[in-house]
This record gives sequence, structure tokens and C-alpha cells, in this order.
Amino acid sequence: MSLIKYILRIADSSLIEGQRLSEWCSKGPTLEEDIAMSNIALDLFGQANGFLEYASKIDKKKSPDDFAFKRDEGDFYNLKISEQPNGHFGTTMVKLFFSSTYRYLLYEELSSSNDETISALSLKSIKEVKYHLKHSKSWIIRLGDGTKESNNKVQQSLNTLWEFTGEYFEEDSIDLEMKKNGIGLTKSLENKWKDIVIDTLNKAKLEVPKSTYMQTGGKQGLHTEYLGKILTEMQSIPRKYPDAKW
Amino acid sequence: MSEKSKVWEVFIQSKNGLAHKHVGNLHAPDKEMALQNARDLYTRRNEGSCIWVVQSIHIISSESEDGEVFFDPSNDKLYRHPTFYKMPEGSKNI
Repeated sequence: MSLIKYILRIADSSLIEGQRLSEWCSKGPTLEEDIAMSNIALDLFGQANGFLEYASKIDKKKSPDDFAFKRDEGDFYNLKISEQPNGHFGTTMVKLFFSSTYRYLLYEELSSSNDETISALSLKSIKEVKYHLKHSKSWIIRLGDGTKESNNKVQQSLNTLWEFTGEYFEEDSIDLEMKKNGIGLTKSLENKWKDIVIDTLNKAKLEVPKSTYMQTGGKQGLHTEYLGKILTEMQSIPRKYPDAKW
Repeated sequence: MSEKSKVWEVFIQSKNGLAHKHVGNLHAPDKEMALQNARDLYTRRNEGSCIWVVQSIHIISSESEDGEVFFDPSNDKLYRHPTFYKMPEGSKNI
């Protein structure tokens, strides 16, 4: 059961972040960026789908769609940052930059997991995530080192979202079990994550937030007020027409 | 952003060795973003192996009033068309 929960944590963060990002579809600041964000959202759905398929191989009673559309809020194990509102474009890019940096390092480590499926899924996803990181990083530098207004706005987004970054590096009993059997992360990603983030913020002429208060709970199914609303929308059709096919 | 963004022309090479073909244009503030946008807009369905972007202002176009001078003289020079040769068997991309 620990393995399935470990897999769902990875899948859920991608799924919920993709769902949030897809809210930009048709509302992007430019046509080009609208398509870029929708592409990234689709990549995230694809990654989530891969991990949900694996989960349904272990729990054969459930299909990947059952996992996505028939679980309640408390059974979702995504990190809290993925459910946070998009805010303005700068906030969305900060979120994407933080998460892409994390996901890039995560998949890099998990590509040498003892679990062959996790390793294969990670290897496949890493190319996509590299692009997400490249794209969001160049926007952080552009906005930070842009005008006074864009710098102020992104700095505020950074300060607001900073408290959600501690969850990336939390280790609970499941993580420890996965570490022990060589399936999960063998070491913390914190130093590497901070190196990339601090280096980028320096280039962008942005300050690294100093606050040390960190949110926690997402991995255990405790969420902020936003997840319920996302799920209500995302699951509305399958819940209304439970046996619908397409 | 829109006032700072420039127009870029996009050329995609579908396979190594083939010519880059013009596929359209896009808006972007600088060359790095132009390349990323081109990737997102024009290579979503596996169209390319290489992308060129060029700022549209750097393209020099012939004027439509020059049309006659430029192109009409070739109308009656049939011998310039390679229709008198047989295509070697198996040759592609000619």
C-alpha cells in the first residue's frame, strides 16, 4: 500500500498542477504563451496518466480514470503548491518554475529507481520537464529583470508562494520506506533545488524570500481550501454520468 | 508586453539535410523566447528537427510593382524547366 500512495503522490501533483494550468487556456497574455501553457498542462496530464496507470496495475479494481475522477479531496496526495490559484501570469510562472525545478530533480533521481516502471516513467518525463523548467526560468528572469512593476509583482508572488516549497523536501514514513528499498529518493533534493532557484533569482535581480514558515500536509491528504473547488470542476462530468464513455 | 514584442518569421527543417521552410510568424520579446514560442506553435506534431527564427524586419521583400520586371521575362523560356530530362530512378527531394 505504501508503493501505491507513493505513486499517487507523484501523479496527483502533476494532475492538479496541469488542471490549474489549463485554466489559462484561451486566457493567456498572448496567443503564443496561451499555447505554451496549454502544452505544458497536457504534458503534466500525460505524466499523471502514466503514474495512474501504474497505480491501477497494482490496485486492479481501479482504472486510471477511477483514480482521477472518483477520489475525494482527502484521498488526493498532491503537494499544496499545485492547487494554489494561478493569480497573475507572474505568479503562475513562479509556481511552474518552483515545481518544474523540483520535478526535474525528482525524475532525474527516480530514473535510477529499483522499480522499473517508476524508472521508465521518470526517464520519459524528464525531457518534457526540462522544457517546462527552461520556459518558466526564462520568464522569471525576464519579469524579474524587466520593469520596476514586473519585478515588484514577481517578488510578491515569490514571497507568497515560498511557504509552499518546504513540502518538496518532506520525508515521512512512506518516503523512508521507499528510500530503504531503493524505489524512492535516496537523498534530499533540497540543496540542488535551492542552487537552481537562488542562481535564477540572482540573475533575475529578485530577492530570495527569508521567511522560514512552511506549509505541510498535502502528502497526507490535508489540503488548502482550493483543492475541493478544483475537483468539483474536474470531476463534474464523470460524477454526473458515472458510466459515460467517450 | 505587447508593445515590446516583435514579429518573427519561423522556418522549420523537417529532416536533416532538407531546406528550412517558412511556416508562419509569431510574436516574442527576444530571440530566446521566439525560439521557444516557435517550438510550441509549430512543432507540436513532430514537424521538425531544427528551427530558425528571423525578425521580420530583417526580411527584404520584392515589391508587387516589380512583379512584371522580375518575373514576366521567364514566362516564355520553357527550356529553363527541367521537363526534358528523365528523373533518375530512386532519386528523391529534387
